[in-house]
Amino acid sequence: MALEQIAGKAANEIDERFGSANFVKRSARKIFPDHWSFMLGEIALYSFIILLLTGTFLTLWFKPSHMEVVYEGSYVPLHGLHMSEAYASTLEISFDVRGGLIIRQIHHWAALIFVAAMVVHMARVFFTGAFRKPRETNWIIGFIMLTLSFVEGLAGYSLPDDLLSGTGLRITEGVLLSLPVVGTYLSFFLFGGEFPGEDIIPRLYTAHVLLLPGVFLALITVHLILVWYQKHTQYPLPGRTETNAVGYPFFPVYIAKAGGFFFITFGVTTLLSAFATINPVWLFGPYNPGEISAGSQPDWYMGFLEGTLRLFPAWEISAFGFSVPMSVLIPALIIPGLMFTPMAIYPLIERWVTGDNREHHLLDRPRNVPTRTGLGVMALTTWLIFLAGGANDLLATTFNLSINAITWAFRVLIFVLPPLAYVVTKRICLGLQRRDRDLVLHGRETGRIVRLPHGEMIEVHEPIPDARKWELTQHTVHRPAEVGPVTDANGVPRRRILAAKLRARVSRFYFEDRVEPPTPAEVRELESSHH
Amino acid sequence: MSDQRHTGPGSTAEDERIQDGHGDGNTGVRDSGSSVATGSHDAIEGADAHGGPGAGAERLSGAEIEQRYPNPGIPAHVYRRSDVDPKAAQRREREVAALFGLSTLGTLLFIVAYFAIRPTEFEGTEMLEQVGWSTRLLGVGLGLALFGIGAGAIHWAKTLMPDDEVVTVRKPMRSSDEDRAEAVAALKEGSAGAGLGRRKLIRNSLLGALAPLGLLAIIPLRDLGPLPGAKLTGTWWKEGRRLVTDPTGRPIKAAEIPIGTVIHVLPEGIENSEHPLDERAKATTLVIRLEPDEIKDQKEREWAVDGIVAYSKVCTHVGCPVGLYEQQTHHLLCPCHQSTFDVTRDCAVIFGPAARPLPQLPLAVDSEGYLVSAMDFQEPIGPSYWERG
Repeated sequence: MALEQIAGKAANEIDERFGSANFVKRSARKIFPDHWSFMLGEIALYSFIILLLTGTFLTLWFKPSHMEVVYEGSYVPLHGLHMSEAYASTLEISFDVRGGLIIRQIHHWAALIFVAAMVVHMARVFFTGAFRKPRETNWIIGFIMLTLSFVEGLAGYSLPDDLLSGTGLRITEGVLLSLPVVGTYLSFFLFGGEFPGEDIIPRLYTAHVLLLPGVFLALITVHLILVWYQKHTQYPLPGRTETNAVGYPFFPVYIAKAGGFFFITFGVTTLLSAFATINPVWLFGPYNPGEISAGSQPDWYMGFLEGTLRLFPAWEISAFGFSVPMSVLIPALIIPGLMFTPMAIYPLIERWVTGDNREHHLLDRPRNVPTRTGLGVMALTTWLIFLAGGANDLLATTFNLSINAITWAFRVLIFVLPPLAYVVTKRICLGLQRRDRDLVLHGRETGRIVRLPHGEMIEVHEPIPDARKWELTQHTVHRPAEVGPVTDANGVPRRRILAAKLRARVSRFYFEDRVEPPTPAEVRELESSHH
Repeated sequence: MSDQRHTGPGSTAEDERIQDGHGDGNTGVRDSGSSVATGSHDAIEGADAHGGPGAGAERLSGAEIEQRYPNPGIPAHVYRRSDVDPKAAQRREREVAALFGLSTLGTLLFIVAYFAIRPTEFEGTEMLEQVGWSTRLLGVGLGLALFGIGAGAIHWAKTLMPDDEVVTVRKPMRSSDEDRAEAVAALKEGSAGAGLGRRKLIRNSLLGALAPLGLLAIIPLRDLGPLPGAKLTGTWWKEGRRLVTDPTGRPIKAAEIPIGTVIHVLPEGIENSEHPLDERAKATTLVIRLEPDEIKDQKEREWAVDGIVAYSKVCTHVGCPVGLYEQQTHHLLCPCHQSTFDVTRDCAVIFGPAARPLPQLPLAVDSEGYLVSAMDFQEPIGPSYWERG
């Protein structure tokens, strides 16, 4: 009772100043649809919070400086070596600050998990069609955060100024230099002169701890406000419709589940960091532009860029006194551009193809949109081949294979596997849809074999429940768009006929192969013909 | 929220289902297949009875029924063991408390480990061992402290908090026509007040003031770095500069180099240059001794001394140090992207993405017999760029 009185008094004070009862009244019991796959985005969000907390701890000791010092700290093997203050202070955090190493490892693991969770979350959103109207904006915000996270990660792992991170920066410089006309200028502006210079670490530091986290924070805020305001999507389960939201109330169920899940994410990341060493910079030594270690690997999310760079064959154009290093420019900038631009605008592409202008709050089952699912798997396959290509040296040493043979294999596979993945995925989706159709039409196989009086053997099928029938038939199947008449009623050629023709073509590519879900009428007809 | 629908607890039929279906199983785990199957019929009735917009079963016209199965509505609620059995609920309560207790233990472990283990009081490998123990114990302590809270909260939510699904109406995002009309009217009124349409002079001059403002954000960035000029074309190697080993800085005599070895060298005195790190990044060079008759390239042979050749260590692809030398094949391999260069053929590219051979450093011998550079590299070293030509 006393507690209730104190709480009531506090609530009164707050409400008299902020009028918060109105918000609480509407929001405390707000309904959130539930599904395990909705927690993937949560992992990304919580990893970001972990990064903020652990990152702040690290800034208390880290010195973002190129100032050369002679190491005299606790780690004896590096005694007497010349190194930057950045590297020396990273060693200090690892060995002289109690808890410094565990926090550094949590920070690094959380960064890897952050990007991974975003990738998987985006895959979930893509394959279930959660990006459709009205959520296109959130798709694009998510896309921006994913690409920014690559930059944020690269800046982060460059800061310790160890041998590995210096090599990463060297590659960054080489990529910048490849840009026609402006390349050398950009590189000199970024590094404050020649590579490596003495400016890059303080600059990356500002970007890594202030600028980019600020941008992330702003984008995450908008992202979450939109999720709240537009209400979460839901899977097409019985009772769910386009005009309702079915789930559990924010208070107390979601506060407990989502809040608890933050602690679980943090706890698991911490336990991982307690036992799995990551980025032991003291083994790599300070950066020295003349040195490198074999098997150098970037963090995993940069792996696909490493792969494009490794797989692309030698090619350089030199003419009229100018050079364009195509075997840098194409794999480092053009291929990623070709991969990421369609991803960014995919919601717009699909809306143009389908002409579907309705709001969608019920998610798609991936099989019911075979072309989208096929394209998604194709894109993932491309990305995975590049990722594997980025590890061709490790594959070669692990499996005792020729690195040249592996590289050539990937060069071929990058053209063969993605289209194959598209075709196979689409066929699988159509097959699953046919199976669903059979289930609705003929029921499920009971495994009971019955012999009829005239000797014929049949397996008895049993109708599936109506709720299941609804689940398997509730989706809309798009049909290819028609070009329509070429001229209008007065015989005047229609405007924008080329766009209409193009749209019809793409629409045919999308929806020519399709399986229509059976209607109740069809089922009844089939049943009556049987009996 | 008037449009929410709760399913109240406990009818006997449902209790039986728990007993039958889940015997000794965990509470909260449901066989969704059977619950859908058995529940769907009830739910349709329930939905009809409540008639809420979320209950799913939109009233379909005759023609539509032929086209579509009706939404069966939310399946009947399946009660958890802890909903119907107070003893089970008590057990769940104790489990949640145990998980929260685990968290407290984790916090204690963290604090004890923090003060008990002091790696800086040790030296050498003992220090490393202590850091290892400190990291593991602090990690376990912190991990359990966090995990316990999370697992407890979720266990609490899943087993003891109400798990009836609640339905709310989802309004379309689009505003109503009236709201839209009012919004348009408000904007029109506002812009009429500002006179944006009428006062063209103000509008245009404001645009003229705003448009170039972005320049003020860009121009001050000019001092981020100097202009490249010719800085990328030359290195610290000059005629007569001795080759010294990296990192020991010892000059080298030709006779000291056995056949098949590779030595990392820098020009003597590079640490006295204005920007030693930048100069090292460009001047780092590999010296390799071949059998003189293994050298197949005319220029390479001319720039060599007794089969000793020197090549830039900076890869012409994106600039990694070309760190791997295969003695048998005389191939140099870049560990970053596997560009492979044949040292016997003037470091021509034989594999990988690099498009240019590694630049060769012409060698000579000075009066005291030490290896020196005859001149600087005759082309820019490292990755290619627009002005390189």
